Amino acid sequence: MSTATTASTTTRPRHRPRRRGVLGLLFSAPYLVFVLAVFAYPLGYSVWIAFHDFFFAAPGAVVERPFVGLDNFVTALTDPAVIRSFGNVGIFLLINVPLTVVLSLVLATALNKVVRFRTFYRVAYYVPYVTASVAVVGVWLFLFNGSGLVNQLLGPLAPDPSWLINEAWAMPTIALFVTWKGLGFYILLYLAALQGVPKELYESASTDGAGAVRSFFTVTVPGVRPATVLVLLVSTVTGGNLFTEPYLLTGGGGPNGASASPVLIMYQRGLQQGQPDVAAAIGVVLVILVLIIALLQNRFAGGRD
Amino acid sequence: MQTRRALSAVGIAAVMLALTACGGGGNQAENAEGRGDITIWYSNNEQEVAWGKQMVEAWNADHPDEQITGQEIPAGESSEETIGAAITAGNAPCLIYNTAPSAVGQFEKQGGLVDLSSLSDGASYIEERSGDIAEQYQNPDGNYFQMPWKSNPVVIFYNKDIFAAAGLDPEAPALETYDEFLASAQTIVDEGAATYGIWPAPTSEFFQTQFDFYPFYAAATGGSQIVEDGEATFADTEGYAVADFWASLYEEGLAGQEQYQGDAFADGQAAMSSVGPWAVSVYDDINWGAVPIPTPDGTTAEETWTFSDAKNIGLYTACENQATAWDVLKFSTSEEQDGQLLELTGQMPLRTDLQATYPDYFDANPAYTAFGDQAARTVEVPPGPNTVEMLQAFRDAWSKSVIFGDGDPHTALDDAAAEIDTIAAQP
Repeated sequence: MSTATTASTTTRPRHRPRRRGVLGLLFSAPYLVFVLAVFAYPLGYSVWIAFHDFFFAAPGAVVERPFVGLDNFVTALTDPAVIRSFGNVGIFLLINVPLTVVLSLVLATALNKVVRFRTFYRVAYYVPYVTASVAVVGVWLFLFNGSGLVNQLLGPLAPDPSWLINEAWAMPTIALFVTWKGLGFYILLYLAALQGVPKELYESASTDGAGAVRSFFTVTVPGVRPATVLVLLVSTVTGGNLFTEPYLLTGGGGPNGASASPVLIMYQRGLQQGQPDVAAAIGVVLVILVLIIALLQNRFAGGRD
Repeated sequence: MQTRRALSAVGIAAVMLALTACGGGGNQAENAEGRGDITIWYSNNEQEVAWGKQMVEAWNADHPDEQITGQEIPAGESSEETIGAAITAGNAPCLIYNTAPSAVGQFEKQGGLVDLSSLSDGASYIEERSGDIAEQYQNPDGNYFQMPWKSNPVVIFYNKDIFAAAGLDPEAPALETYDEFLASAQTIVDEGAATYGIWPAPTSEFFQTQFDFYPFYAAATGGSQIVEDGEATFADTEGYAVADFWASLYEEGLAGQEQYQGDAFADGQAAMSSVGPWAVSVYDDINWGAVPIPTPDGTTAEETWTFSDAKNIGLYTACENQATAWDVLKFSTSEEQDGQLLELTGQMPLRTDLQATYPDYFDANPAYTAFGDQAARTVEVPPGPNTVEMLQAFRDAWSKSVIFGDGDPHTALDDAAAEIDTIAAQP
């Protein structure tokens, strides 16, 4: 800001920030209320629930909700189904997150260079993302069941038991499904980021003799690093919340709990079995783990940005 | 400073908003005597909506000061979750004609249900209408927090055309014993008449047990619940026999391990299905026959028990006019309204002497006669607040050992029984 030289201009800056601050608060108030009511309050309440003997009760019902310390956490973390669900979601993230980053970046780069049918391709990748999971799951069930198209193509190479009832393949199949379904969204993020990579960098690289692959690794990948961090974070958080796919695609986390996710177990314990306190404890552990992964991703993939 | 105060005010307002949104309930003592308009929910299938509408119309015509507003149960992941949320929010209606017995214990624990036994004629009305079978719907203390309403006794439907195509007798199929059932299923698959003999949902939801193990266990034991007096019963000779029977079906490829997209029986992929009387109207264009649930050595139809698949009526504490609601509940389960229920839905009112009470209906609809007779011999899920947890523990063990053949089914039942004993002992 330039230095003020007259009396009238010296008084203005004093009031502007305050007025701007009030205006800013006014504009951000609806979102602030939303965050407090829909995110902060439930999160704080669920932490409170996790440390108490809690169940949902009718208004006016006299119920005791004593503080139980870490009991709910002990119950949750000594339950083999819960432990397995965290292992399952770990497998899911190990497959889904890298696959999402690599495929969406490669496809976005390719789409960025496409001249003809550009809109068609963008829409084609985006359609699965905006289609209801219930509908898409039906298609995948037809594709991946024992006599489905995939097994028919694979012939003797098809796994037995088939994909979705095979303990080893159920979770990777879900990871593949979620990767495919979400790809359109992440491609859009990368496409936006690619518009910010200066063309001059590609020209310089080309002048220096770099081919397409070399340009991709030395210009594109570093150029979209902020988007990569975002894709990593969003896909990790989304993966941590995995529910619909094991609920529908593998019929409630089967076979034998091989595709059960922590959120599915939370749903079973909290809503079906009337143990919201144990479900809240699982949720708190899940939030902490996802935060740790996100911090690590930010630390190692975010660089100095 | 002002900004900080404004922020605090916004925060407090948001929290208060969230808390007050959960208000309601009113004074319970006043509510018990209350008379006036009430709201009821009923199931959203076409037949039950028709029944609900005519019942409301019939009541409203004679009670101008105590009008009923009837509506379909709001959509949700399941009816039980919708009802549970409504109880917590304090906005449950007075009566819900779709209360699953497996959820009643939890609703009671939540303080959401009125103890019908506390009403002067509550227990006597229920027992007079339903007879001895009503006892299964008491809570562990012997009180009724649900009105036994209707059952869908599970039997085996078979496709006569598929049986004929496999060279089996479609009019008198050999399905009385486990050996006969296995042999028939094997013939059907070997002959290519259908993909599987039977194809119940092999998924992990707790309620799927009610359509494979439970009816067969009830039949094998002559009416035993899977948990009685707080202890699991199923790790016994009959339970092992049922598990071995189903394990053979899966192992031999006579039952499907994958979930089917659609209705395997309707699509001719499975020759048999375990169903209730609702199936009569659903499978209208299939040439079907019905037999009782098989037992290890065969049992006559008149002696065979099965799972009830009942839906009951709950009177909810959020109701401000509970005296009216109780009168409506009795009106809607009267002989006349039960007859309407039978006529419009084909589901069996849980009342004694069903066939003697409605002889004209069963004469005109012989397809329902077997269900009407079977309704007198049905078993319910165990009562209490932990029913769903117990059923899920059982389902997990069943899924692993029986459906997917991972481990010995007998050991799995033993382990599940021990786990369920622990769950049953929880408050």
